[in-house]
Amino acid sequence: MAATPALQVLTSNRLRDGAVVYWQAGAWVEYFKDADVFHDKPLADAALAAAMVFVKDRVVVNPYLFAVREEAGQIRAVEQREIIRCAGPSVRRDLGKQAKPSMEAFDVSI
Amino acid sequence: MYRYDEFDAQFVKERVSQFRYQVERRLAGELTEDEFKPLRLMNGLYLQLHAYMLRIAVPYGTLNAKQMRMLAHIARKYDKGYGHFTTRTNMQFHWIKLVDVPDILEELASVEMHCIQTSGNCIRNVTADHFAGATDEEIEDPRPLCEIIRQWSSLHPEFVFLARKFKIAVGATPHDRAALLWHDMPVEIVKNEAGEVGYRVYAGGGMGRTPYIALLMKDFVKREDILAYLEAVLRVYNQDSRRDNIHKQRIKILVNTIGQEEMQRRIEREFEEIKASGSLQLPQEELDRIKAYFAPPKFETLDDEMPIGSYDFENWKKTNIHKHRAPGYAIATISLKAIGQTPGDISHVQMDALADLMDQFGIDEIRVSHEQNLVLPHARKRDLPAIFARLQKLDLATPNSGLITDIIACPGLDYCDLANARSIPIAKDIARRFENLDRQHDIGELKIKISGCINACGHHHAGHIGILGVDKKGVEYYQILLGGSGAEDATVGNIMGPGFSAHDIGPAVERVVDTYVKLRQNGERFLDTYRRVGMEPFKNMAYLEQMYAAH
Ligand code: SF4
Repeated sequence: MAATPALQVLTSNRLRDGAVVYWQAGAWVEYFKDADVFHDKPLADAALAAAMVFVKDRVVVNPYLFAVREEAGQIRAVEQREIIRCAGPSVRRDLGKQAKPSMEAFDVSI
Repeated sequence: MYRYDEFDAQFVKERVSQFRYQVERRLAGELTEDEFKPLRLMNGLYLQLHAYMLRIAVPYGTLNAKQMRMLAHIARKYDKGYGHFTTRTNMQFHWIKLVDVPDILEELASVEMHCIQTSGNCIRNVTADHFAGATDEEIEDPRPLCEIIRQWSSLHPEFVFLARKFKIAVGATPHDRAALLWHDMPVEIVKNEAGEVGYRVYAGGGMGRTPYIALLMKDFVKREDILAYLEAVLRVYNQDSRRDNIHKQRIKILVNTIGQEEMQRRIEREFEEIKASGSLQLPQEELDRIKAYFAPPKFETLDDEMPIGSYDFENWKKTNIHKHRAPGYAIATISLKAIGQTPGDISHVQMDALADLMDQFGIDEIRVSHEQNLVLPHARKRDLPAIFARLQKLDLATPNSGLITDIIACPGLDYCDLANARSIPIAKDIARRFENLDRQHDIGELKIKISGCINACGHHHAGHIGILGVDKKGVEYYQILLGGSGAEDATVGNIMGPGFSAHDIGPAVERVVDTYVKLRQNGERFLDTYRRVGMEPFKNMAYLEQMYAAH
């Protein structure tokens, strides 16, 4: 089986309120669905390097890349931790980003 | 209840303005995150999955109505309308903005609350029996000693740079409700043969990666010498503990590396030195002064009759009402474990309503238990039906204290940055499986404790059934431990074997409990049966389905 290319998304927490944010075209956005998906490592690493400017400027803290995968035409986080970060607590569907009516369902239930 | 003196008030006020300035400097770029992090942690502020988390100290688990209202206010104004009581009897808010924290701290200070000693490598918020001052079993109220320890340790120059966090609990009853022996330094109030009250001191308990039950250090320390002895323990820890490996820095590792006797010897040497210097004597007047703050309310002379009520009320009485030292009074446990709810969570509406209830029924304090419940320590028996009716309306009257659905669960991967797996959905799933109250009564005392990672905030090592969340390549798995105890017969639970998936853990727990029901003899609790028959029969049943699936 051919190895699937490693897809990655860049994320961080905003300094002022701790909110989860994602990298999109050189800026930070609030929703995972708007995030840039990096198909190759050099591009992902370059974005991470660029993101460090926002750390210096006190916009975000601790940016990092995480793995995502394509599933039925949708991009989803691989690890449960990132699924929960991008949606909100699985035990409070009324809270976090998942609470916004515009968001697609994030199925993270057990 | 303890009231701040001028020094306390000034100290907390200064802390607030210092932190306001530190936040300003962070936002202005004068402090990097690496520089700021230890400062925010000293004020109970963590950065977690969705936002900042603020941990507010509830010293020895005691709150008055004003403080409860303040927590409701903070939940409403700065968070998302709810808070979470932890196993350290603190309150956590999970949706806090950094820019709001100085104002929150200022509001907290106005009701004598703060976030000091809730984080970092310091002596943490001291805990006590949640029935303190109300139970007829105790030698004396342990909270005055907790308060003395707090005052002695808060600003102690020797303890600002400990190798790791350090947890102390104080108990005063033969039946341990404070998980005493799981602490770095448990202190038990005891009486010697001459009838004098003093202290039995242990050291080296702790959960986490390497769980240990504390070992006895000294059987009887005289009243006036207690601070000298505690300081001696801390000094030995401070001098001799390893600082090179984060997993080996707790006092439990030191005690178990050098052995009980050598630890006792080193402490004794320090103790003698401190005593010879004449410092750190605890004068009786000071103890009496602090004790006066904790004097029980003036109990009325009341009829001791317990009211009889509805079917639901009678069920609540069975498990949630406990014997009080004064006739006509009772201790009432308010369960924060409604079936299907998050253990330890409480909404701002519930907090406000509880404060009103306290005012209405003349109850001047409420307690937070390490089992993530609340306790009304001094309720008039004749008021219980009315209190119950109010609690029912608030969804706070679940009759399950000490039963299988009274589950401890840490926030886990739904909130916590360190988590491997979610705890709360597992707790909810198990509670639903055992929802039937007759079945719960039939099963009897069974403590399930769930942690989302090895840090063990959910006390999984001390669960009759413990559950530990682990991560297998980004997927949540759950290990079962059996036979732990957080009571006076404290024991470390044993790991059963490979983990279960999130989907399989609930059914596996159910099979373990069913096995107990089949094997129990003569009124044995789950823990007794496990101790008699061992792991094997439980293990065979727990993995049964997997074995079928494999064939
Ligand atoms: S046990 Fe782990 S997951 Fe649970 S609250 Fe503690 S650190 Fe977080």
